Amino acid sequence: MSLSGLEKEKDRPEGWNRPRLIEPDGEGELLEIAMGPHHPSTHGGFRMDVALDGERVIRLKPVFGYLHRNHEKIAEGIGYLGSMPYTDRLDYICSLTNNWAYALAVEKLTGQEVPERAEYLRVILGELTRVQNHASSIGFLIQEMGASGTPLMYAFREREKILDLFEGLTGSRMMCNYMRFGGCRVDAPEAWLTAARKVVAGLPGFVDEVDRLLTGNEILMARTQGVGVLPPELAVNAGVTGPMLRASGVNYDIRKVDHYGIYDRFNFRVPLGDHWDVYDRYMIRMLEMRESISILEQALKDIPAGPVMDAKAKIRGFRPKPGEAYGRIEAPKGELGFYLISDGGPNPYRYRVRPPSLINLTVLEDMCLGSDVADVVLIFGSVDIVLGEVDR
Amino acid sequence: MLGEGILKGLAETAKNFAGSFVSAERMTTVEYPEERIAPIEAARVFPFLVYDGTDWESGMRCVACQICEKECPPKCIYIEKSKDKKPDAIGKPQFYPAKFDVDIAVCMSCQICVEVCPFEAIKMDTEFELSTDDRFGGLLLDREELSKSNEYYHQIHPTEAAVVDARLTEGRAKADAKTTAAAITGAIRGAEIPKRPAEGGD
Repeated sequence: MSLSGLEKEKDRPEGWNRPRLIEPDGEGELLEIAMGPHHPSTHGGFRMDVALDGERVIRLKPVFGYLHRNHEKIAEGIGYLGSMPYTDRLDYICSLTNNWAYALAVEKLTGQEVPERAEYLRVILGELTRVQNHASSIGFLIQEMGASGTPLMYAFREREKILDLFEGLTGSRMMCNYMRFGGCRVDAPEAWLTAARKVVAGLPGFVDEVDRLLTGNEILMARTQGVGVLPPELAVNAGVTGPMLRASGVNYDIRKVDHYGIYDRFNFRVPLGDHWDVYDRYMIRMLEMRESISILEQALKDIPAGPVMDAKAKIRGFRPKPGEAYGRIEAPKGELGFYLISDGGPNPYRYRVRPPSLINLTVLEDMCLGSDVADVVLIFGSVDIVLGEVDR
Repeated sequence: MLGEGILKGLAETAKNFAGSFVSAERMTTVEYPEERIAPIEAARVFPFLVYDGTDWESGMRCVACQICEKECPPKCIYIEKSKDKKPDAIGKPQFYPAKFDVDIAVCMSCQICVEVCPFEAIKMDTEFELSTDDRFGGLLLDREELSKSNEYYHQIHPTEAAVVDARLTEGRAKADAKTTAAAITGAIRGAEIPKRPAEGGD
């Protein structure tokens, strides 16, 4: 991991080393407000207790747990396969990458092989998930700025096409439940691959459209540039991953670090941010969409024929040998990992999720201190969280 | 120039606004329930039980092995095994479910019951207009409400059903070959057995 450019003092943006606690400078009392749990910007049940001095944020305390539903303990009580549909409900926008991370962890535990075609299908579905997640997250970010609907509707129009692909293959638009230990549940027919190629051919036009609509927009720049700065030292120390970390200029992409699956076969670049602010996070997502489209084009071109399931895979009576495994992937929101301990029984002895949304949210106060209360919503939107994954 | 980016964005929205009148591809809204999209073959909603032939009770493929009940993640299936055996579609005596309930208020449409069933007896339906004013009884489906014919299965999932039928006929052919082989060996043994006392008698 390289922390390039950190030594140069003059390269650091204004205000990067803001003190952890800010003293109020005005006269009178602080105003304490609770933003949420039913605030339009929180996309679920989430509360921020904010202390304000005028418009300035002095303290911010995130309160979560409203959506807790005992995912880990439920998973320890049912079989390995039974947890697969529950992983769909963690980050309900990207169910396929959740499936992939869990399947990867169990495959590490059992040492199962995944056939070539299944690996390609996983890459195709994972990158389609990344494109639709980034598109809708940009749409929501702009909506929180006050552009009520237009960019979000454009993003959802494109997302609809990708969800139609998911439905055609997996039978469900959001709760896909598609990947299995040692492959994928069903094979993709040739007609589906043709439809996928058609959708992917239309995606660069969509990214160009969003680019023309937003990237040069003066209001967007005025609202986001220099807001919510997250210095790389803090990002690394807090364990932030994904587009958030790369927007802070740290070159860390698990697709490049781990080469899980077949990612070493594809030619793609990792975009990095320079100013560590909200605008960089927006820009990183735009650039990542373009890289994902290039991976999709390569994967759809070379996908081989063959089986999609390991012939030795067992559906009934699945009992891995005692041991432990940690499988992680670069999910659209960051490092999604599953840690499993097996005692040889039909259920996992310990099942733990490392959710990117929750860990990226821990630096919220550091990014918000000293900024206006209107920017808090924006900074929160740029973290790109899903409460289903934060609370589990 | 200040404001150039905003004007560029406005041109983009104007293009989209005008485009929706020109291109049919941009008119994506489907006015349900007057209009409907074509049914999707892979779609899955809630499980149903498949039966062969015309009578749901005698043709039911389910043999009440209770694997789906055990594997169901939210535990929405309840099965009571029968005390007696009844002949199934090929005349072999089998247990049958005296009670088979699926609580579709709990079911999360994951189709793990379909994957673990060794008898191809439970499959996913595509019927989604299931609203009812009865919260409890109306959402608890018993085995009669769950039973649907193999023809219906072919209608909603044609490709998958053809594969399943091929697998079942292959399995039955194997079972038939086994029973004939067993009958032959049995006949040989049966012929041998009375010999022995005759030999012993000598």
